[in-house]
Amino acid sequence: MNKVIANNDVNVFDVEKIRLDFPILSIKVHGKPLCYLDNAATTQKPKVVIDKLVEYYTSMNANIHRGVHYLSELSTKAFEDSRIKIKNFLNASSEREIIFTKGTTDSINLVASSFGRGKLKDGDEIIITGMEHHSNIVPWQLVAKEKKIKIRVVPITDTGEIVLEEFEKLINEKTKLVSVVYVSNSLGTVNPVEDIIKIAHKHNIPVLLDGAQAVQHLNVDVQKLDCDFLALSGHKIYGPTGIGILYGKEKLLNELPPYQGGGDMISKVTFEETTFNSLPYKFEAGTSNIADAIALGTAIDYFSAIGIDAIAKHEGELLDYATEKLSGLKEVRIIGNAKRKSSVLSFVIENIHPHDVGTFLDFEGVAIRTGHHCTQPVMDRYNIPATSRASFAMYNTKEEVDILVGGVKKIIEVFK
Amino acid sequence: MDTELRELYQQVILDHNKSPRNFKKLENANHTAEGYNPLCGDKINLYLVIEDNVVKDVSFQGSGCAISKASASLMSSIVKGKTKEEAEQIFVKFHDLVTGKLTDEAAIEELGKLAVFAGVRDFPARVKCASLAWHTLISALKDEQNVVSTEE
Repeated sequence: MNKVIANNDVNVFDVEKIRLDFPILSIKVHGKPLCYLDNAATTQKPKVVIDKLVEYYTSMNANIHRGVHYLSELSTKAFEDSRIKIKNFLNASSEREIIFTKGTTDSINLVASSFGRGKLKDGDEIIITGMEHHSNIVPWQLVAKEKKIKIRVVPITDTGEIVLEEFEKLINEKTKLVSVVYVSNSLGTVNPVEDIIKIAHKHNIPVLLDGAQAVQHLNVDVQKLDCDFLALSGHKIYGPTGIGILYGKEKLLNELPPYQGGGDMISKVTFEETTFNSLPYKFEAGTSNIADAIALGTAIDYFSAIGIDAIAKHEGELLDYATEKLSGLKEVRIIGNAKRKSSVLSFVIENIHPHDVGTFLDFEGVAIRTGHHCTQPVMDRYNIPATSRASFAMYNTKEEVDILVGGVKKIIEVFK
Repeated sequence: MDTELRELYQQVILDHNKSPRNFKKLENANHTAEGYNPLCGDKINLYLVIEDNVVKDVSFQGSGCAISKASASLMSSIVKGKTKEEAEQIFVKFHDLVTGKLTDEAAIEELGKLAVFAGVRDFPARVKCASLAWHTLISALKDEQNVVSTEE
């Protein structure tokens, strides 16, 4: 039993109790208990979230913002209540700043498209880092194909960190946006986004944070951070797939043109002209992913009830424990040794390809991710084709880390 | 080790992974091709010396998982001395083997050492690892200078 006392000393963080909330954690894989350590790819869902989806389709389903009938009012209320939950969760100043999207990738594409059309002109520059997920590289390259903008990249050090001085050197009068990952999905690095935002704002440059790996591990307060945009995925914070959020400062969102055109994002349409709806609907064309948006609100409720401080403490202990155990094996090299890390442990084993590691561990019931993690430039930076990545969530235990390490030892023995 | 896993990682495969045969660059190669699996980053450069329609010499370089490396190593040993047509015929049978289409014991036996890849059929995600070297071979035989990708 792993019992950790939460910071406030009132709630007891009981991982065994939490595990019971997640039905999938009791299944077996190849005859072994599932040891799910692929949480950076997607997290498992608590029963309350699964039940909410069933409840929605069983007793609430109707299109929102349209009908005057009972069900439409019910689903509209649940949908908008979820937006308020997310607004509170991120501490945004208004629900008008919370836009439902398909996920982080969609959110970044929204900004790239709208900011690209509305604010960028030939010769402008944007800054990203060397540890971006492809989803914060490719959308900008698409913009760069239409407008002659330049993408500048902050280099990363051997430990997997960025140097703020190097970042500041890239800023010039042509820089129009800084778009950086908060927590690296392949290295686990927690970037100094507070400093990045301060430096960027000194030069009046807005900052977009890719928060896909951040909101489920860190206390994220968009007003305190003062970020201009924040993108996140629902399925990485115990919610359903296909739903995500773009937070944006109201003033900035009002200045941008719409992303897509269609229903819900208009207030008046004639064949000659259209008046767009107000925020956040201006950016939500077409029928939204209503059920998943509502269930994301349930996931946020579940997450908040346990509390980010207790969760972060527990995950931090797991990361430290796993790092210590794996570093103890001379054949293993950890990729990403930043001073501040969160829940992601990437490693390579001497002379054993990560895909062989992945297949071996699968037979121990252990699910990890192997490959380039959609960060090929990071792999090139370390001159490796791929890594094995274990990533932790609130329901993981030290016993599971032991199973992972046992599996790694086994494969080292077989490949000797 | 689990039986299914042992079927996949047979001793011959582990051995060829550890000490791949013909792992070098042939300076006098007259047919070459590059193979790439974008999903896992496996890469292979294949070098052939073909004279009078016969593969006189073959070598490869690259990086990949045990399955892809052992497959390239065994392929290089087996096609040496074969005509282009013979090599192509072996590829067809090998492909049937790893995708589970070749089940006749006698036919599998005919593949000789390549039969160790039979276990791959239980791992659909690894079929591409086993067949990358062979797809690259076919490309080199045709002397297409393009990069072969498993995703095309």
